[in-house]
Amino acid sequence: MKKILIIGATSSIAEHCARIWAARGDELYLVARDELRVQTIADDLKIRGALQVRTYCTDLNDMKRHNELLNEADSAMGGIDIVLIAHGTLSDQKLCEKSIDNTLIEMQTNAFSTISLLTHIANQFEERKEGTICVISSVAGDRGRASNYVYGSAKASVNAFTSGLRQRLNKSNVAVVTIKPGFVDTPMTSDFKKGILWVQPLTVAIKIVNAIDIKKAEVYVPAFWWLVMSAIKMIPNQLFKRIKL
Amino acid sequence: MKIQKISGWGNYPIHKAELLTPLSCSAVKAEIKQKGALIARGMGRCYGDSSNASRVLQTSYCDHFLDFNADTGQLTAEAGITLQEILKVIVPKGWFLPVSPGTSYVTLGGAIASDVHGKNHHIAGTFGQHVKSINIALGSGEVITTSLSENEDLFYATCGGMGLTGVIISASIQLTPIRSSLINQKTIKADCIESACEAFEDNCNSTYSVAWIDCLTKGRNLGRSVIMLGEHIESGGLEIDIKNPLSIPFNTPTALLNSFTMKTFNNAYWHKASHNKVQELSLKTYFYPLDAIGSWNKLYGKAGFLQYQFVIPKDDGVANMRTLLAEIAQSGEGSFLAVLKQFGKANNNLLSFPVEGYTLALDFKLSAATVKTLHRLDDLVVGMGGRIYLTKDAVMKEVTFKSTYPKWEMFESVREKYGAIGKFSSSQSKRLGLA
Repeated sequence: MKKILIIGATSSIAEHCARIWAARGDELYLVARDELRVQTIADDLKIRGALQVRTYCTDLNDMKRHNELLNEADSAMGGIDIVLIAHGTLSDQKLCEKSIDNTLIEMQTNAFSTISLLTHIANQFEERKEGTICVISSVAGDRGRASNYVYGSAKASVNAFTSGLRQRLNKSNVAVVTIKPGFVDTPMTSDFKKGILWVQPLTVAIKIVNAIDIKKAEVYVPAFWWLVMSAIKMIPNQLFKRIKL
Repeated sequence: MKIQKISGWGNYPIHKAELLTPLSCSAVKAEIKQKGALIARGMGRCYGDSSNASRVLQTSYCDHFLDFNADTGQLTAEAGITLQEILKVIVPKGWFLPVSPGTSYVTLGGAIASDVHGKNHHIAGTFGQHVKSINIALGSGEVITTSLSENEDLFYATCGGMGLTGVIISASIQLTPIRSSLINQKTIKADCIESACEAFEDNCNSTYSVAWIDCLTKGRNLGRSVIMLGEHIESGGLEIDIKNPLSIPFNTPTALLNSFTMKTFNNAYWHKASHNKVQELSLKTYFYPLDAIGSWNKLYGKAGFLQYQFVIPKDDGVANMRTLLAEIAQSGEGSFLAVLKQFGKANNNLLSFPVEGYTLALDFKLSAATVKTLHRLDDLVVGMGGRIYLTKDAVMKEVTFKSTYPKWEMFESVREKYGAIGKFSSSQSKRLGLA
């Protein structure tokens, strides 16, 4: 039985991870903004077999509460084995191009709030010399592209941050897992036309749970995105700036 | 707003739809209050156009368990949950679905809206007969409870009502206790339709019964069948082993299922089966054999297929079935997936399909000739006092529907009373002349 803290618990990918953990009989602590929805999810997870499910409602952009929420989760469960950070928004690129306020809000939600949480968690886990931290990032962070570089830069900063954190915490027996999904059919992407490259949140969740189990460092979901992004990263800038991506 | 191409499991017809994906009951209500009609859709496992419309409300995100009492076997869940997810939770606790359709990839809401039947229809009736209550969002957006004792007219219209009375939000069902997750299957071979029907009659006390039937062989062996009887075993562990299915990612380029492969399959199936064989099978193997292959519908190629299921009354049923089978065998279009079953008594739901008699379900690879074949079969079925299953239908004519579902006018008046008219409609309901 594991004690698992899920931040952004109403995210579809996070919910499917929680269902897998619930079926295993794990103990869950869910953090989300929408009180009604997180309560529905908590009741569902109990029926699916979770040993215990607790909820905590907050807007994660309120970074002053991060320490409090971590302490609450820690004392309620008597320790934390795994943290999954899954909250985020898909930025409206066009809107962000016109407004720095919007861009900063997106950076706040997708990068700074995650970095704040990671800093607190890292210090706790480092001291305890155990635990696994998993962050859902995105392939979009691998190289900035005209179509979504604001979201991409937030995710790039999460990627760099977790990479460094992984090195720092390795000697303390703490694993840091970075998940880089491609196109996932979730409420966040409901306005997109779906094609052959799209996967269901359950597929991503299975990979995440497995990556946490075996403490992988970085996982592309599905795996072919590693190849795609490696190719995109290799395109020379002289060419890259002219193509539409 | 996103416009997507959608279709039922037969991949025909294809419809361009605005796909709504509400995250909660209140979001469902808000979508209903918007201008225009819509139809609820679960897994899209109706074969034809029952859940095709210009505005489609997909219930996938409303898929939570709300309550489960492992002592009494009463379960309440949101409409978008699949039967497969339900099985994962209930089987280990010693409970099973009171009625199981041929796939577990359907939602609770869909099972109610289609009032699905299973291999135990002759004993247990339809899925709707085990539903304790339904919470449904009406055309006004208001959510009310309907059951056999509360707004009962709406209950009879909603079970089997193809989503045309409102959007089912959640439902409570009574599960069946089991001691083991194994099924004891007995196989009986019948070399023609007459002996197949006789075998059903002889085994009417068997909890489950269904037959694979060869729809291609003509003459004396017309309708040769392999009947599979099933009983729950009293001991032997409670497990439900659900793995991700083998996937067929693309439509097979030149459809793999043609008359040659189908004939070969049917022959092989007949000769492989052995009479009076008894074996123990998992729930999954006995009830949901095709769930092991994801997207098996793509085997029919890009054109898609039509599934056809009719029921004819028991009186003269055997002779009538021979006539229909001869017509199907003559067309040479019947598929490898044909299923024969004897139904028990009809229920009181207004548009529920089963009536006491014999039902046959089979696939037809789609072509212009197929639609004509089906219309010819429709006429025969109507003449025999039978009807076509709405959940499988894609091409039935309005006159066929209205003459074989005599309670359709009552259905329309219930829809009017509860404000469903103009708010809930599908391609199918328009084709069949429902308001």
